Amino acid sequence: MDYLTFIQLLDSTVRLATPLLLACLAGLFSERAGIFDIGLEGKMLAAAFFSAAIASLTGNVWIGLMAGIGASLLLSGLHGLASITFRGNQLISGVAINFLAAGMTVLIAQDWFQQGGRTPSLVGGARFEGITLPGADAMADTPIIGPLYSELISGHSILVYLAFAAVPLTWWLLYRTRFGLRLRAVGENPASVDTAGISVVGLRYAAVGICGILCGVAGAYLSTALQAGFVKDMSAGRGFIALAALIFAKWRPWYALWATLLFGLFGALETRPDVIEALIGMKVQGQLLGALPYIMTVVILAGFVGKAIPPRAGGEPYVKER
Amino acid sequence: MTPETTTERQATAASTAPAIELKGISKAFGPVQANKDISIRVMPGTIHGIIGENGAGKSTLMSILYGFYKADKGEIWINGSRTEIPDSQAAIAAGIGMVFQHFKLVENFTVLENIILGAEDGRLLKPSLAKARRTLVELANDYGLNVDPDALIQDIGVGMQQRVEILKALYRQADILILDEPTGVLTPAEADQLFRILGRLKSEGKTIILITHKLREIMETTDTVSVMRRGEMTATVKTSETSPAELAELMVGRKVLLRVDKTPAQTGEVVLDIKGLTVIDDKGVERLRGVDLQVCAGEILGIAGVAGNGQSELLEVLGGYQGGTGEVRLNGELLDLTGHLSDGQSRRNHGIAHVPEDRQREGLIMEYQAWENTAFGYHHDPAYRAGLLMNNTAIRDDTTGKMERFDVRPPNPKLAAKNFSGGNQQKIVLAREIERNPDLLLIGQPTRGVDIGAIEFIHQQIVALRDQGKAILLVSVELEEILALSDRIAVMFDGRVMGERLPQDTDEKELGLLMAGITDTDAPHSVAEVEANLAKAASAEKRT
Repeated sequence: MDYLTFIQLLDSTVRLATPLLLACLAGLFSERAGIFDIGLEGKMLAAAFFSAAIASLTGNVWIGLMAGIGASLLLSGLHGLASITFRGNQLISGVAINFLAAGMTVLIAQDWFQQGGRTPSLVGGARFEGITLPGADAMADTPIIGPLYSELISGHSILVYLAFAAVPLTWWLLYRTRFGLRLRAVGENPASVDTAGISVVGLRYAAVGICGILCGVAGAYLSTALQAGFVKDMSAGRGFIALAALIFAKWRPWYALWATLLFGLFGALETRPDVIEALIGMKVQGQLLGALPYIMTVVILAGFVGKAIPPRAGGEPYVKER
Repeated sequence: MTPETTTERQATAASTAPAIELKGISKAFGPVQANKDISIRVMPGTIHGIIGENGAGKSTLMSILYGFYKADKGEIWINGSRTEIPDSQAAIAAGIGMVFQHFKLVENFTVLENIILGAEDGRLLKPSLAKARRTLVELANDYGLNVDPDALIQDIGVGMQQRVEILKALYRQADILILDEPTGVLTPAEADQLFRILGRLKSEGKTIILITHKLREIMETTDTVSVMRRGEMTATVKTSETSPAELAELMVGRKVLLRVDKTPAQTGEVVLDIKGLTVIDDKGVERLRGVDLQVCAGEILGIAGVAGNGQSELLEVLGGYQGGTGEVRLNGELLDLTGHLSDGQSRRNHGIAHVPEDRQREGLIMEYQAWENTAFGYHHDPAYRAGLLMNNTAIRDDTTGKMERFDVRPPNPKLAAKNFSGGNQQKIVLAREIERNPDLLLIGQPTRGVDIGAIEFIHQQIVALRDQGKAILLVSVELEEILALSDRIAVMFDGRVMGERLPQDTDEKELGLLMAGITDTDAPHSVAEVEANLAKAASAEKRT
């Protein structure tokens, strides 16, 4: 494998890791606050559809992004209502959201666009284009650093940079601010927060809200940056892979980055059978490569996670004790 | 303190308003009247005890004072002014701090983080943490409350965790401190330490409300005491003018025997013979290190010790759900400790009955009804069977009889176990095990979380079984209980038996030293030495 191929592989790793990273951080906020969320998938899907649909209708990708975030937030609110206010089962609520999103997106897409559950292909301002960083073109021919900068670092859409910036930001928020301290506390022992006179419900809604926003960005990225338009079930289990990455990352922001990059790499390898062939010396079936991220999810969860302790109050609705 | 300041304080106390005054507080949860027209006055700078059985409404009353619940009726006056306490924030603002029975700490946070949680000074943590660190040093100096600010809660013992709870309240500038059953989780040494701290807080002018069901604590530490029964305040008296017997009667509503009435033991043959019993747990930690014990027919052997020093493992091995090495004989017959006959069923067939330490997790299935729980472990009994199926009617009838004989209230076999009070749950387990007429009864923490009235009954049943010539192995962390029931006492520390004593020849002090692993009990020992040893044992417990 030559250097340029390697850089290209990393480049597509970054592209594919971005939605996983955003969804993983979304789950991190929610689960750190004690609300398990298997509805990441559904929220991403809904956001993917609405951002593509609105971007297609308005021709403005930013309005599309807002619509995607809005749709995701709505589903977040639903999850919050079910699991925080009505103290329902968080898993069931998440499953319901996934089904709702899967059905609703195709139905509305068909109704609006009559293209078999798709949105029209997005062009021009209806899509996030790659940003060429200053000096990228000039440096492209410099050995080693040139391709690294112009191919790998430069040329991504704004959402990619946003996702990567979200990692240190999340870390800072969680570990350096009052909000983060309270958020982590409410996921570990909500009674400690309640007795300190802080609203458990308020904190958990805030966390679920942040989760909704990040899922919205992740979904919008899928349909308006990674692809040019919405297709049925386009989230393709990424929400679940993000959850696996979250467990692999032990609910920590920096680990989440490495975990999602790893899963992104598996995804990138899927698109480059030539690289695999060069690496292991034999041809691997395309279907098998396609299954690679999913197989690795199972393998990693089963074998490599070790002891991952989830937030202690996770999944449990908070009821004041008598 | 000089006599002048004492009189001065009394003078100011007389002239000032009560720190807390509750007027006609009532609170109902559905049909249950948890608090009925309760009025109470607590003077500043005093320790006021509130005593009552489980479910008497003590905790509800304090939760109202702390803003957890809103009273249906009544007024709260703090330092002479009427105060509304709609939430905990308001209680904290009114200078009330609460130390709950189950600590409200975040296990994987540091001491410092727990202390500032909810009382941060701004959006960023750094300045808050720095300020808390400084304040903590001052508080440590003022009240002798020393803790390591950077230790994680999960790494420190319960005594220390409780100190963190007290510091949390003081950091929020609480003048009124409410402690709910503070000694339930503490060793005798830790409890003494706590009461020294409370004394110090009182002398600095803080007002303390101590909620407990332990008469001794009330007698030793409080200035005044209020007694609650079934949601009502039955009396408020000066502690110096009352007696444990009077308080117990006020609590239960009838005369209670505080002492166990029993004749000397008529011991027979050795029933249980343990030699060199060793248990290594999943993590490779040695929990029992060569234990030798004998229990004879007609005898109660009490095992004293701080929780986590191997007593639980001893019961588990004998009960058949933990492997071990060594020799255990029952009536001369060797028990299988690791093979396929080391399970609860085989043990029961041998004539061993077991009342486990944690009745809610090991003794009962809380969601199941009483009659179903009665059949557990004995479901192979032919009397409970009708062909291939269970004879539910027979089990229910049998349960009704057991409930009558053991005074389980309400005597309804179709009620789920979780709907009985702690004492009645324990009676169900006890009835199931004792009525099987075992040769050996294993019983762990028989009266943990059980009311005084039920304690009396349970103790009587244990003694009655002994008088029928059965062997009883009793494990309890309550020294009083060990001393009252046992015919012989063995003390465990760090997986070993430190010594055996006869109850008439020993006292709490000597047993306390043995529990801390100190065998030369005649030599003088400093508190620090005892605490250091206990900390060692506690860290052993943490390893589980």
